[in-house]
Formats: sequence, C-alpha cells, structure tokens
Amino acid sequence: MTDKKYDAIIIGAGHNGLICANYLAKSGKSVLVLEANATVGGAACTREFAPGFKVSAGAQWLYQLNPTIVSDLKLIAHGLVYAAQDLDSIALNPNGQQHISIHGSHASGGDLSEQDAHQFAALQGQLLRFVRVLDRVFNRRPPKLIESDWHDKLTLARLGIDMKMLGKEDMSEMLRVGLINIYDLLNEHLDNPLLKGALSLDAVLGSHMGPRSPNTVFTYLYRLLGQHYRFNGPALLKGGMGQLADVLLHSAQHQGVEVRTNSAVITINLNADSAKSVTLGNGDTIVANSIVSNADPKTTFTKLVGLRNIEAGFSRRVQVIRMNGNAAKLHLALEGLPDFTGLNAQQTGARLLIAPDMKYVERAFNHAKYGELSPAPAMDISIPTVHDGSLAPAGKHVLSATVQYAPYALKDGWTEAQKQLAQKVAIDTIAQYAPRIKEQIRAAEYLSPADLEQQFNTHGGHWHHGEISLDQVLMMRPTPGCTQYRTPVDNLYLCGAGAHPGGGLMGLAGKNAAEEILRG
Amino acid sequence: MNELSALPQHTTQMMLHTPFHSRVVEACEINEWSAWQGYTTPSSYTNVEFEYFAIRSNTGVFDLTPMTKYRITGADAEAYLDRLLTRNIAKLAVNRVAYIVMCNDAGDVIDDGTVFRLADNEFRLCTQERVLDWMMWSAAGFDVEVIDETADVAALAIQGPTSCRVLRNMGFAGMENLKPFGMQTFEFNGARIMISRTGYTGDLGYEAWMAPEQAESFWDALFEAGKLRGIRAFGSEALDIARIEAGYLAAGVDFVPAEQIVRNGRGRSPLELGLGWLVDFNKPVFSGRKALLKQKEYGPRYRFVKLSVEGNKPAEHSFIYCRGKAVGTVTSAGWCPTAKTNVALASLEMPYGRPGDELEAEIYYMRELHWTRLMAKCTIITKPVWEPARRLQTPAPDA
Ligand SMILES: Cc1cc2nc3c(=O)[nH]c(=O)nc-3n(C[C@H](O)[C@H](O)[C@H](O)COP(=O)(O)OP(=O)(O)OC[C@H]3O[C@@H](n4cnc5c(N)ncnc54)[C@H](O)[C@@H]3O)c2cc1C
Repeated sequence: MTDKKYDAIIIGAGHNGLICANYLAKSGKSVLVLEANATVGGAACTREFAPGFKVSAGAQWLYQLNPTIVSDLKLIAHGLVYAAQDLDSIALNPNGQQHISIHGSHASGGDLSEQDAHQFAALQGQLLRFVRVLDRVFNRRPPKLIESDWHDKLTLARLGIDMKMLGKEDMSEMLRVGLINIYDLLNEHLDNPLLKGALSLDAVLGSHMGPRSPNTVFTYLYRLLGQHYRFNGPALLKGGMGQLADVLLHSAQHQGVEVRTNSAVITINLNADSAKSVTLGNGDTIVANSIVSNADPKTTFTKLVGLRNIEAGFSRRVQVIRMNGNAAKLHLALEGLPDFTGLNAQQTGARLLIAPDMKYVERAFNHAKYGELSPAPAMDISIPTVHDGSLAPAGKHVLSATVQYAPYALKDGWTEAQKQLAQKVAIDTIAQYAPRIKEQIRAAEYLSPADLEQQFNTHGGHWHHGEISLDQVLMMRPTPGCTQYRTPVDNLYLCGAGAHPGGGLMGLAGKNAAEEILRG
Repeated sequence: MNELSALPQHTTQMMLHTPFHSRVVEACEINEWSAWQGYTTPSSYTNVEFEYFAIRSNTGVFDLTPMTKYRITGADAEAYLDRLLTRNIAKLAVNRVAYIVMCNDAGDVIDDGTVFRLADNEFRLCTQERVLDWMMWSAAGFDVEVIDETADVAALAIQGPTSCRVLRNMGFAGMENLKPFGMQTFEFNGARIMISRTGYTGDLGYEAWMAPEQAESFWDALFEAGKLRGIRAFGSEALDIARIEAGYLAAGVDFVPAEQIVRNGRGRSPLELGLGWLVDFNKPVFSGRKALLKQKEYGPRYRFVKLSVEGNKPAEHSFIYCRGKAVGTVTSAGWCPTAKTNVALASLEMPYGRPGDELEAEIYYMRELHWTRLMAKCTIITKPVWEPARRLQTPAPDA
C-alpha cells in the first residue's frame, strides 16, 4: 500500500484520461494517471512498425478536437504543431479519373453536376445547423432521464430552445432525419454515386453500421462536429498522433499531474458501494478519493470492478453494451510515393476514400454482419509522409488506412491466416487505384479489431468504446443507470470515449467528466 | 432430432402432468383443475373445507412438483446466492433451509422462495415464478452452474399435526428430531429421498423431495401409512386459506413480481412487504442493495400489514380507508376457520398504518344476487393468527 492518497486516480492515459487529468489538476487536485502501456495516448499514438517507418497506429486524422480544450489547456504553447490542416477528402473513382474532391461543404471535380455541388453545400449547411444544437448538448453532461436537477433541466430547456431557434422547417427536418439512415438522406438530396459513397463512409466509419442502418444520419452529424469546430477537413500532427499524447502529457505534468506508464490497473477495490483504491499488477494498492476510468465501460466493470461486485441488473446492462469493433488498420512501409491513378503527388497527401458508391459500402457491411471479411472493403487512406518527412527515411513513405469492415467476432477467428488474407484483400483493393503499389511495399502490418483490443486495452477494439447508436448516446451512454460520468459505484467515474458524448479525438468526455468530478 | 426436444418440457407441451398424476387423478373426485406454472393441478380434490381441516387437524398432502426448482452448483455457488438474494447465505449451514426474496436493482421483489443448502457448493432454490433468465444474468462473473430442475424433482408437502407420525409410520425413523428449516436424507425403496421440515401452512409439516420414478410408490406408501391418521390430499384453494391464516405472502397476489411489471412504481421492496428482516445490509453487494439503502434512509413508499377485520365477510380486494381517505388495498383476505378470525393482508401508502390510525375496509359481498356494502373496522395485528406451538417444537409432537 502506498501511503499517499490522491484526490483522483485516472486509469488510462488516453487523450481523454490526460485531458481529464489536466482539468482536475488545474483546479488544484492531486492526480495520478496510471497507464498500462509503455507510452501514453491510447489510440492517439505514433509507433514504429518497420525499421525507420513510423505511423499513427490508432487514430490517423485529427478532425474534431474540441477548440475550447485546445485553448483551456494552452496546447499550442505546449507544442501542438500541425503537419497539415484542412485537407481535402478525395473520393476515388474506380475508373482512375473523375475523382471528386470534398473540402468542407464544397465538392468538385469528376462528373459532379453543378446541381449536386449546390445541393451538397445546402445539405451540409442545414446539417451544420443541427450540429450546432448537438454541440451544445455535447459540451456538458447529458441530462438524466428521470430525477433531473436544475442543471439538467436547464440543459433540456436549452436543447428545446436551440431546436426552436432552428425555425419551424429546420426543426421538423432535424426530428425527421435524426433517426433515419444516411442512404435515404443522401438519395433525397444528391445524384452522384461517388459523392454519396464517400459521404456514406463518413457516416459509418468506426461503427457496426452500414449506410442503410438506421441511426447513420446521427453518426454523420457526429462526424460533422469537426467542421463546426472549424476543421475544414482533417489535419495531421507533426510526428503523428503521438504528438497529441505528448502535448497533453506535457501540459499535465506542468500542472503537477503524476503519470506512470507500464502500470496496468488490475482491480478497482470497493468498500461496499464505494470505490476506494486500485491495485496494480505489481501488487501495489493506491488509494484516492475518486477513481476515474479512461478504460472502456466493459473493461472497467467486467475486468476491473468485477461483475460479481455490482448488482445484477447493471451487470447485465454492461454485458449488452454493443462495442464489437468493425474497423481494422493497415500500415504499409513504402519505397516511394504510391502512384494513384489520376492524382498528382500533392493530392496523394489528401484523405483518400475508397467508397465508389453507397451500395459498395453496404455490401461490404453485409459480410461483416455475418462475421465474414468483406472481399471489397471500404477504406480511408492517409499518406502522412507527403506532409511530414519525420515519419520515414528520406524518399520513403508510409500509408495508413482504416479498413471498413473487419468484424471483431470473425466467424473463423482472427488467426494468422485470416489476418494474412485480410491484409491481402486490403492491399489488393488499394492496388485497384494505385496499380504499382505492391512493388513498393517494404513492410506491411494489419491490425484486426482483436489486435486493436490488445494494443489499446479496449474491449472489442471499438473506435468509440461503444457504438454511437441512439440507444447508447446522451443519457443512455454508456448505459442507463450509468450516466453523467458517474456509475452505480460511488466515487467511480468514467472519462473515456464510452461516456457521453463518445469517441474520436475530441476530448469532451474527459473534460466533461472532470467538471462532474469537481462538482463533487 | 427435432430442435424443440432440446427445450424444457414446459415450453413445448400445453399442460404437463406431475409424476404423481396417476394418483392425483384418482383422488381428484370433483375434477377441478387449474394451471400452475405449466402443470395441471387440482384446485380441489373433494371439498375445500374437508381438505383445509385435514391440514389443521390431521395430515394434508399437496403435490408441489410444479414449484419452480433450480439447482445451483459450483465453487462460487454461495457467493452467487449472496449476490442474488438479500439474505446472508454464508450463514446458512448445510442441511438448512431459509426463506428468501430476490430483488432487482430497483429493490423491487422479483420473487420469494426458499433456498436449501444441500452441500457446501450445492443449493436448491425454490421459487414461485420462473426466474431463470434473471438467475442466468446474475451468474455472469461467477463460477456456477444453474439448472432448472423443476421436472426432475417430484415433491409433496405433508402438512398437519399428524404429519410427523405418518412419516414415521412410513419408516422414516427419527423424523421427530428434524428441526424446523432442517432437512435430512432418508432411504426409501432403495433410493434416497430428502425430507425437509418446511411448508406453507404455518403448522407442523414436511416437504419430501424425490426422483420422479419414486413418486407413485411414495404416494401409495404415504397414504397407506396415514390411513388411520386422517390423511387427505388437498388442492390450491385449501392451501390458500391455510397460508393466509399463517400470514404468508403469495407472489403474483400480494405483490407483483418485479420482472412482470410494466407500470412504473408498481413493484414492492422487501421493506414494503414487511420482509425487511430478510435484508442483510452488512453484505457488501446484492441486487437491490443500493436502492434499499436509500429506501431505508428516506423511508419506504408502502407498509404491508396484517389486519384483523371486524365481522366474517372476507375483505377481498377491499379499499382500506383512514378517516375517509383511501390509503391502500387488500391483497389477500379470508375467513380463517381455525383461528376464527377474519384476516386480510393489505398494502397501505405510507405513513398510514401507524399506531392509532383507525382503518376501515370497504367490503362488498353478494347473497342471492343482492350486493351489500359495509365498512368494517380493521386492527393491525403483528402476529399470525395461526401459530401453534408444535410448528417449532423439536422433537415434533406425536398426535
Ligand atoms: C482503428 C481506429 C481508427 C481510428 N481513427 C480515428 C481517427 O482517424 N480520428 C479520430 O479522431 N478518432 C479515431 N479513432 C477513435 C479514437 O482513436 C478513439 O475514440 C479515442 O482514442 C478514444 O480515446 P480515449 O482516451 O477515450 O481512450 P483510448 O485512446 O482507448 O485510451 C484508453 C487508455 O486506457 C488504457 N487502459 C485501459 N485499461 C487500463 C488498465 N486496466 N490500466 C491502465 N490503463 C488502462 C489504455 O491502455 C489506453 O491507453 C479511431 C479508433 C480506432 C480503433
């Protein structure tokens, strides 16, 4: 037993855990962060995957980091440097020409009609008005379903007022589309299959949903939050996503936060209904007034608290949280810049999307539904070395791609053979757009959701620590009876992506949780 | 093989027969049957009064096979039950039985029942409802196996002042030394059967648990041994009179099992059913603990009371008034023939039912299509109106 008692122990140094630690320390709390891995950042990390080749091994694009957090924590002063900002997304056309570029609310190129370009801008404009309403709700703790206090009532009242302020037409449209799928919405507004395919991928990335799954307009709005935060397209950090982790660590340490890596928490110890301490792998037990978990809710309760130490109804709710990941990562070390048909070198540094039409994406999902690999996966590709030479030896390049879909519960299991097959399918898919790429590959790495689960200690390897589905958001996130960052266990809080508002490198879960903890 | 055959029998067959059925049919002279958890069972065999008086004066026999029975085994069996049930199971010794309730997280009672400790890591849980899904959900994180053994165990209740004598006549030597809530294994017909000193009648009585193959010969031997002791089979109606007289609750009657509730607030906690004594707050965790602690602090919403009702008209489904205000309703009521008291069990809104509160039941009754309404004074009673000393005496008295 260590003698020192902290105000708060944070389990996990993901970006949310570090942000939470920063805010708590800023308010004068003594904070200890315990991270299982050797480095901080969770899925915000840079890792060498082949000699001399580094990659953002989890999240690859920064597109929705909350600006208030950046300024509150003075992240620029602590060294946040972009390698590129406001990048285009380019929807790759299988014909090798007529690719479409998307920049914020503007789309151009290929065979995009003027009408579609106009309609797209109008649609984004309207959706962004909805996003503004959501942002207000995401910025604070979600109201409770029942027993609302004045704070929650205010949140609800503001939500009501914000919706009213949208005006009659927008408000009824928001209520209409809030629950439907992106496939129908995009078909209502747009004709161009390629543009629709790319947009639909944005709605389903990181989720176990296809474009025709209900709820995918909501996930699209969730993604658009970035644009509301003035990201006119994704950004890359100098040195990869690990830089975000470094900057957050730096500012945390500056505030007096103690951070220990290689310190996996094995158990959260309770005294009847209340969390008292944590025990590490080496047997050390450390006490704190508040225990804050950046681990996902399933890991937190199943592994750390133990299902037998919570009541059965809640245990059941934890068990049924849907959080089987369905996205994999592909990392390629390349001898040279890949030559994507129809793109110039500068364009190769944009966000490249393989989603030729919505049916392609939906078909890829069909396989995943039945636990199979998609023979033609959709992909979100980044070649960060176009903007950042520090990641690879001179003249060499790195390709990082999110491969959608790759079901966590693969029917045949994630054996080495299955992984090889999945990697081959992913590379073959890219090769359809960059035919010479296979010759350029020096090393390749494929991370299935099972690998991501292991590397980031996240159950199911899920992008958001739990689906962003309507039954798992707001006051139902991660699960009813465990909301507002609190849990049925007194003094145990959640501050990770599994809590409101959800995942992505946004930071609000960590910030809101800190506010809730400070409220006492 | 048909996929259905893998399902429990009660989900595939309309009305099951208990292993005693051949004997029950023979005894059920008036052919009055009712459904009980998927089984067909007599509501009465001959005449409800006869049957009731057999329980109180001689020996009554009741086929309780349809009572839901679960077998819980495994290294964590005790820990599992301690989390499932509000009572402290660690304190339950091998060969002992305890009355229990289980709650959901809201602290509402899912069911009541009895738990038998068969061995260190082996228990039988008898419940009124089928609660397997709740039990399975509760099993996550524990090294236990839970199986529904309802159809694998035949059971008879043998209740009344001569019950011990009858069992001894059957050859179960030392029966009189079995303590209340104790159990013991005996040899019968070359097989092992278990007899517990438990029941639902508030009197001296036993329950015998056996393999279905033993059922018919056990029944025959039992009735042979009881021939001169006024033995008689009884149905659910006579049992209901006896349990009201003894002040016992019935799930689905005196409270709605929590898992069946659709309307918010219709559940009842143990504290609201007069069963606070079954809740051990010293245990660090059990389902319902947090809600019940809160309820203990802020006060329950309801009070469960036993009432002695003036007159002899059963206060069935009556509203209870306190100075003109409806403050609750009766859940079970009946005239108790042996105690000669008109008893009602009622759920009252808090704070009613305080000492000094004048309560009245609004009773409607009909004679020859003529309805009469009367207001009957009620007095809260704390002891059961039927509680004979022999119920708890060991050795059990011979009669
Ligand atoms: C394949 C993939 C691609 C993604 N791409 C993007 C993207 O391009 N852009 C984007 O914005 N988002 C992306 N995301 C989502 C984003 O990475 C996550 O939502 C985000 O990282 C979650 O942050 P977090 O701090 O809540 O949790 P995490 O980053 O998961 O951090 C949790 C931390 O807790 C630690 N931990 C867990 N258990 C213990 C324990 N017992 N003891 C000690 N420490 C423990 C873990 O090791 C980890 O460091 C992606 C996610 C995945 C999986």
